[in-house]
This record gives sequence, structure tokens and C-alpha cells, in this order.
Amino acid sequence: MSRRIQEHPILEFPRTKEITIVFEGRELVAHEGDTVASALIANGIDVLRDSMSLHRPRGLFCAIGNCSSCLMVINGVPNTRACVTPVSQGMTVERQRDKGMMP
Amino acid sequence: MIFTDVMVIGGGPAGMNAALTAAESGAQVLLVDKFQKLGGQLVKQTHKFFGWADRGAGTRGFNLAKQLAAQVNAHPNIKTLLGYEVIGGYPDQTYLAASWEDHVKISAKKAVICTGAAERMILFENNDLPGVMGAGAVQTLMNEYGVLPGESFLIVGSGNVGVILAYQLLQAGAHVDAVIDVLPKLGGAYWVHAAKVQRLGVPLLLRRTVLGVYGTEHVEEAVTAEVGENMEPVAGTEMHHKVDVVALAVGLMPLTDLFQMLQVRTEYIPELGGFVPWHDELGHTTNPNVYVAGDAGGIEEATTASLGGSIAGLVAAKELGFPVDENRIQEYLRALSSFRESSLSKKVLEGIERMRGDSNA
Repeated sequence: MSRRIQEHPILEFPRTKEITIVFEGRELVAHEGDTVASALIANGIDVLRDSMSLHRPRGLFCAIGNCSSCLMVINGVPNTRACVTPVSQGMTVERQRDKGMMP
Repeated sequence: MIFTDVMVIGGGPAGMNAALTAAESGAQVLLVDKFQKLGGQLVKQTHKFFGWADRGAGTRGFNLAKQLAAQVNAHPNIKTLLGYEVIGGYPDQTYLAASWEDHVKISAKKAVICTGAAERMILFENNDLPGVMGAGAVQTLMNEYGVLPGESFLIVGSGNVGVILAYQLLQAGAHVDAVIDVLPKLGGAYWVHAAKVQRLGVPLLLRRTVLGVYGTEHVEEAVTAEVGENMEPVAGTEMHHKVDVVALAVGLMPLTDLFQMLQVRTEYIPELGGFVPWHDELGHTTNPNVYVAGDAGGIEEATTASLGGSIAGLVAAKELGFPVDENRIQEYLRALSSFRESSLSKKVLEGIERMRGDSNA
């Protein structure tokens, strides 16, 4: 399933280089210029973290770095905002399950 | 430490215009934005703006962002610091900006703060379920990254943001189940936009609110109901919407953290979106070294933000002793008040009046 827009009357989305990120041990295709959040959502992954005490699933909410709904463990660093972090080749991404401990 | 005459925080329409007019007046300007790219929320707008030709009327938002960014990047007096967020402001006019890797100290004689706004949330069952998003988040995903976060959308709020989002979703090939609003008439949307969306078959359902969203790990269904005179849901009027995204366009609130840190007095003015820094028409706040422009000072839209930015940039430069043509300031002020003559600005004007009236600053 691709959620990438193929045709648009006004905007153009030039195909950028495909790169690989590793989400919870699984390789996913992302595009250069994606944020971690846009790459995951394009791959159909909507749950980005668990809430801290009730462990309810949380997804993207603001997409501009204001809320904390998309905090993930990115390259081992917890509390990283998936919505403003650009993807890079081989980046590891995990759902955050707790408050996040510094490595 | 970076030394500058004027630091502008936020690279949207207000910030870019403030940077430009301050720089044109001869000031050294540092423009800081937490994103890697200038443009703020203009970059996700595909529609053409109304207003004046010299303020981008007839130009699509994302193109306007590109044009302004090109001017900013070409100006020898403007330096940009992208990917950095200003997280601290101190009484000696120093500031701390941090990126994910690094931080820098900035010493700025004047700061023009154009931090914009954040999306509001409303209460309903399971409102934290993935698939419930701010309208702006949907716009960012689809118009900046080319990604549609779902197939079928319910939009809550029939103001400009909600109605324009509906149109943008249709452009991107998505299905829009409905736009709902709790009020008995259309929110602050331009009539032409609303008419267009309805012509394309999207129902605008008024006097209706969301009761809840349901699904295991993602929204699969939303339930709405009519509200009565007292805004309470009316039993028996429930509608079940098979949607996977509920986009909230229920208003914005100014981002005022930095103002509070800088001892600027804030006032609670609902017409302007909540707490706002007290400010006059020139962008002065209660801190003589801090100015405001754009949505950070009250929720309006891009044209007024850009005019406000141009004014604040000129005023900051002037108060640092740079030669500024007073007529230019007056001209922007006149443009601002004539833009606000539209009935859509009535509420904003009332808010501004109340903010200034409330104050003995």
C-alpha cells in the first residue's frame, strides 16, 4: 500500500533517491527529504509511540515540532521528534514505550 | 556568541518580512527558524492568496514562500540560522538557540518574535487515537511530503483552515466524508472556498460535534451528533462516519512561551486565540527590546502577518538608529487597516481593542 501522492494538479513531488531506514528491525523504503514521520506514515505505520502511563497508541498530531505525540527512539536517542527529524540511510527508528532513558 | 542588531525568530511570512525590512534599513539581521527550510506554514498552502498584489495576492502560498525566501537569502545583511530553536531569552538581551546536536548563544539588540501558533485540541472519546490530527499536520504531510495519511477524512471546523483543507484533500485525490462545525453557520471561511468544496460534493454539516472516534490502533470510525441550543449532543442524531483520519481545524493558539520568558506581559484574549503578548500597532510589546508580528500576537492570516512583520522590522531598525522612511511604516499601517475592513476581521479587531484597552502599558 502506498500513501504517496502520484498525481496532483498543482504540486509536484519529484521522486527523490530511495533510502532504507530500519523500523523495529524491519527495513523500510524512505525517500530523501522525508521526515521520519512522513516516511513511516507513507509505509502505513501510524502508531509512533505509547503514551507514558496508560500505554495507549499515539500517532502524529501537529507535524511541526510543537506537541510531543511523535517522540520516538531514533538512532538510539529517545524523545526525538519524528516529525522534524530528516531520514538518513540506515537510520534506526523504534517506537518509544516509556519516558525514554538517555543511552 | 553571534552578535546581531536584530534577531528575528520564525521564518514564516511575518518573520521573513521583518527580516527584510530591518535589513533594508541597514540593520544586521539574524533569522532563526527551527526548521531546515524557510517559509513557515506558507509552504503547505496550495491556494492563491487574496489581498494586495504586492503582498502576494493571486500567488499560491508555497510559491510566495519561495519568493520571500529567495529575497531573504539574497540579502547581504541577513544571516539565517536554520534547524535551531530559540529556547532561552535572558534580561541582558542574550538568547540560547539549540539544534539537536548543538547550541549557540546569540546577543541581539532587538528581537522580533514571530513564532506563530499551534493547533487546538478538543475533547471527545479516544481523541488521542492515531488518525486524529491537527489540520495543519495533514496539510504538511500531503503538501510538503506528498503523503496522504489516510483515505477518507472527516474535518472538524468550517473556518478557513478546515474548508481549505477539504479542497486540498480533494486535489490530492482523497475522499472527504464531511466538514462539520458546532456552530449554526459557516466558520470564518471565505465564501468562495466553501462554495467550491460543496460543489465538489463535500457535505458541510452545521450544529454537529464529534462524540468519539473508534478503532484498535487507528481511527476506523468517527461518531458525530447534532447539538442543541445548549451545545449538548442531541440523542438520536448520531451519524457514523467510516473515516481513517479526523482532522481538527478548531482553531489555533499563539505560541507565547518566549514572550513569557522575556517578561512580556501577556493577556488572555479569546478573539485572538488565547494568551497573547500585549502589543501596539507597531509591534512593541511591554519589553522595549522585544517586538511581535504574525500569529504569535493573535491569530489572523498570512497577509496581515506579512504586513505586521514589515512594520515590526522597520520599527526595530528605526529604534536602533537606522534611517527609516516613516511614510513606509504609515503605508503598511494603512494597508493593514484596510485589509481588516472585511467582516472576517471583526472579531480580531474587537480582540485587539480589548487587549489594548485592558492594558496600562
